[in-house]
Amino acid sequence: MTRIRVLVGTRKGAFTLTSDGNRAKWEVGGPHFSGWEIYHLKGSPADPDRIYASQSTGWFGQLIQRSDDGGATWQPVGNEFTYATDPGTHLWYDGTPRPWEFKRVWHLEPSPADPDVAYAGIEDAALFRTGDGGATWTELIGLRTHESGPGWQPGAGGMCLHTIILDPVHAGRMFTAISAAGTFRSDDDGESWRPVNRGLHSEGTLPEDEPEVGFCVHHVEMHPSRPDTLFMQKHWDVMRSDDAGETWQEVSGNLPTDFGFPIGIHAHEPDTVYVVPITSDSLHFPPDGRLRVYRSRSGGNEWEPLTRGLPQEHCYVNVYRDAMAVDSLEECGVYFGTTGGQVYGSADAGGTWEPIVRDLPAVLSVEVQTLP
Amino acid sequence: MSEPAGPGAAAIRVVLPAHLKNLARVGGEVTLHLGGERDTITRQAVLDALESAYPVLRGTIRDHVTGRRRAFVRFYACQQDLSNEPPDVPLPGAVIAGAEPFLIVGAMAGG
Repeated sequence: MTRIRVLVGTRKGAFTLTSDGNRAKWEVGGPHFSGWEIYHLKGSPADPDRIYASQSTGWFGQLIQRSDDGGATWQPVGNEFTYATDPGTHLWYDGTPRPWEFKRVWHLEPSPADPDVAYAGIEDAALFRTGDGGATWTELIGLRTHESGPGWQPGAGGMCLHTIILDPVHAGRMFTAISAAGTFRSDDDGESWRPVNRGLHSEGTLPEDEPEVGFCVHHVEMHPSRPDTLFMQKHWDVMRSDDAGETWQEVSGNLPTDFGFPIGIHAHEPDTVYVVPITSDSLHFPPDGRLRVYRSRSGGNEWEPLTRGLPQEHCYVNVYRDAMAVDSLEECGVYFGTTGGQVYGSADAGGTWEPIVRDLPAVLSVEVQTLP
Repeated sequence: MSEPAGPGAAAIRVVLPAHLKNLARVGGEVTLHLGGERDTITRQAVLDALESAYPVLRGTIRDHVTGRRRAFVRFYACQQDLSNEPPDVPLPGAVIAGAEPFLIVGAMAGG
């Protein structure tokens, strides 16, 4: 029988939430790596028992853990992320040059075809690849060494490469997103990259300005059946591209605020999109203390609030960029985790929600595996 | 615990912070057997031996590339803070004699 496994990364460890296909009763596993920050865990589509996890602390640095048995046991693998060339400098918040320096791995993206292949997005922004199950990591230097690199600046959370999308249709095409540089596209398996940010605007820039980089992209998603369409939650603005990032249009429409972090797409309806509006860049909690997921069934612009089962008063949590995911059951399940330690799940595409767990450490990431 | 390095080898006792004990899957102290001239056993030699015996600790105490101590890791022995000593300075005699442990400590930080 089909099972669902939700992989949850938190400020103080990793957890697994498992259920059968009814998604009514959940078993909570963990904590794994107690006391460590788990920025991201993700399972291999090619072998769901293979899971990669990014484990770090400010004290002892970065580790990568790998499980080959669905998260029951783990082994540390390679943790050396050394820039392949002299990294030079990028811009600091005050506009002064700052040496590039590895800080942590934000996102792990396993290959859909080979469980030993995975990509890692790091802070300070660069893209690494492993072809040996995480034992060694090699930088794909074309991204960091793009001519715009010395002009990249960090977002408030650091200069992180947080989004990696592997196009399932167009061979060699990949997307990455960096705060606060923007979105980048490769058509040659990550060898070379170019910014794809036309149509994005940032506060403080004039409408006629069209800088190549300098955008605080928070998260980007693609539906595998429609790889030319991308949805983006930017710092402010929800955006859409229908030409693989060449141009972007705003689809914030009737959202109460278009600031937020995650964005998700229904597993079977490529025009059904989910966001969690947050009050503002200085107030990282839902408007009016009401936790509402907004769903568009028209690819943006027209949004409906989803509230059933979510707290509608006194709720002041945030939902981070990698903390929303969907399963691929016929009735699509949607999941997200909060900085208050709740993981909410909906077994009916967002119509109703229930907390799966309420009191975890602050949730940094949520990924879902639909297991045969 | 590393293998004895032969007659005259120094047995260096190392105490790891809790997170690194878990990572290395050790319970109490780690004993490292270092050969060579006993009065030239340095912090660098001890950390090299530690990482050789427990490769999982590479990068957790000092930077992979520069070899520098991580900012929130401190070194103590014999009631002394050795954190800012150069890595190639010999360790105190009591550590080399095995009478005192070499302590690797996660620094207090935060509120």
